Amino acid sequence: MSGYFTSSIGRKFAMALSAFFLIIFLVIHLAVNITSVFSADLFNELSHFMGTNPLIQFGLQPVLIFGVVFHFVMGFVLEQKNKAARNIKYVRNNGAANSSWMSRNMVYSGLVILAFLILHFIDFWIPELNTKYVQGDMSGLLADGEGFRYFEELQHKFVSPIRVGAYVVAFILLALHLLHGFTSAFQSVGATMGRTKAMKNIGKAYSILIPLGFIVVALFHHFNH
Amino acid sequence: MNLTLKIWRQKGPQDKGKMVDYKVSDISEHMSFLEMMDVLNEQLVNSGEEPIAFDHDCREGICGMCSLHINGEAHGPDRGITTCQLHMRMFKDGDTITIEPWRAKAFPVIKDLVVDRTAFERIQQAGGYISVNTSGNTQDANATPISKHAADEAMDAAACIGCGACVASCKNSSAMLFVGAKVSQFALLPQGKVEAADRVRNMVAQMDLEGFGNCTNTGACEVECPKGITLENIARMNRELFKASLLKF
Ligand code: HEM
Ligand code: SF4
Ligand code: FES
Repeated sequence: MSGYFTSSIGRKFAMALSAFFLIIFLVIHLAVNITSVFSADLFNELSHFMGTNPLIQFGLQPVLIFGVVFHFVMGFVLEQKNKAARNIKYVRNNGAANSSWMSRNMVYSGLVILAFLILHFIDFWIPELNTKYVQGDMSGLLADGEGFRYFEELQHKFVSPIRVGAYVVAFILLALHLLHGFTSAFQSVGATMGRTKAMKNIGKAYSILIPLGFIVVALFHHFNH
Repeated sequence: MNLTLKIWRQKGPQDKGKMVDYKVSDISEHMSFLEMMDVLNEQLVNSGEEPIAFDHDCREGICGMCSLHINGEAHGPDRGITTCQLHMRMFKDGDTITIEPWRAKAFPVIKDLVVDRTAFERIQQAGGYISVNTSGNTQDANATPISKHAADEAMDAAACIGCGACVASCKNSSAMLFVGAKVSQFALLPQGKVEAADRVRNMVAQMDLEGFGNCTNTGACEVECPKGITLENIARMNRELFKASLLKF
């Protein structure tokens, strides 16, 4: 494989692999979040399992972090290279005539998602690490010991309308990112199926329904606490 | 019809270049875009000015020489055509038309609207051929059976005329539609399969070396290509390179 991953096409392949990984991750993440709408107990159970299972914590979580970091770092690297490939810009360029807005602005939708991810880390992930690994409290229980803490923490996060607003905006941008990205990833790995009508429709459905799911969960807790 | 033209003028490769406004009048809607350019150049020659340099040769859509980024699109607003096939009836009286050269680092401007597309030649030389001895005992072409499907797809890929509109319209100045077509044309046929792995590896390496950008699957190339080369050719090139890389550790 010498040279493959330093070639333009190999880099795209790696980019697509990290994207596929993120696409699968989002489904799992949403599946857990959705439970919080109808069962606080189930959500607590799942959160506790996800947060304390060693295989997930020390096996999958590092892979996830690597996948996310790789994806946006590679995204920026490719964007830089591609910008450099046109050193003199057109005075007039009609991009809308031949390509979608989403496809031309992946780095900007990506940037908004990245900003959201940073906020998300500060909101949920860093406190989790602090509780579990710094303070050493692996019980997942509330301070008074009366049941699990996850559901209450979740509700607490969605009180602020500003945070919920930022959340909604980020997920709209994620939808736009995916509306191009989903089928694009298939093309990058050379899979023709990405351009079939069925796959385009699946891509559209995924790109709209998954972000919408996250938005619904956020709004639900904002208005029901 | 009467038109205002905003045209890129650049004396030579080192010159900075700038947009210059020109007026042309009494342009017939039956003229081709290049004939309209001829009218302007006659006008310039008659008034003692330097005519505008632009590429053209066959003027019937087969050679790939004509270029021009017209009103923000490669080969102008029409589809499935080259600039020599673009009719003035696509424009209206009083229109302002912006005319620029192909823009890509790998396609430097030589003069005015003429760009250097020898990067494409070098990519071709890196593998866009098959090595056959033409010693007089050449095999009968029909001796090797080829499925209709493969023959059709190879023929479609071979329709690429190397014009560079794909590069010009891609936001990344990527040459992948061109290289994809050239790789596919051979990879689909038994004669080309023999050297398929080396071909794709060498052509992609040369493409990267020339400084073309990286495909992000926006599909602008496919829309602007005068010969209907499809994105499937890029997907096929991606597969071919992956296969070729697996063979060679
Ligand atoms: C969970 C979050 C994300 C998901 C699910 C996701 C998904 C995708 C997908 C499916 C692709 C297409 C891959 C391909 O064509 O090979 C893609 C491409 C890309 N992503 Fe993301 N992405 C995410 C986050 C980000 C972030 C944080 C950035 C940061 C800048 C980013 C920037 C890019 C860029 C620049 C591209 C390449 C553009 C292109 O190929 O057209 N993405 N993403
Ligand atoms: S692929 Fe189409 S646009 Fe690109 S060089 Fe060939 S004919 Fe021109
Ligand atoms: S001049 Fe030959 S294709 Fe236009």
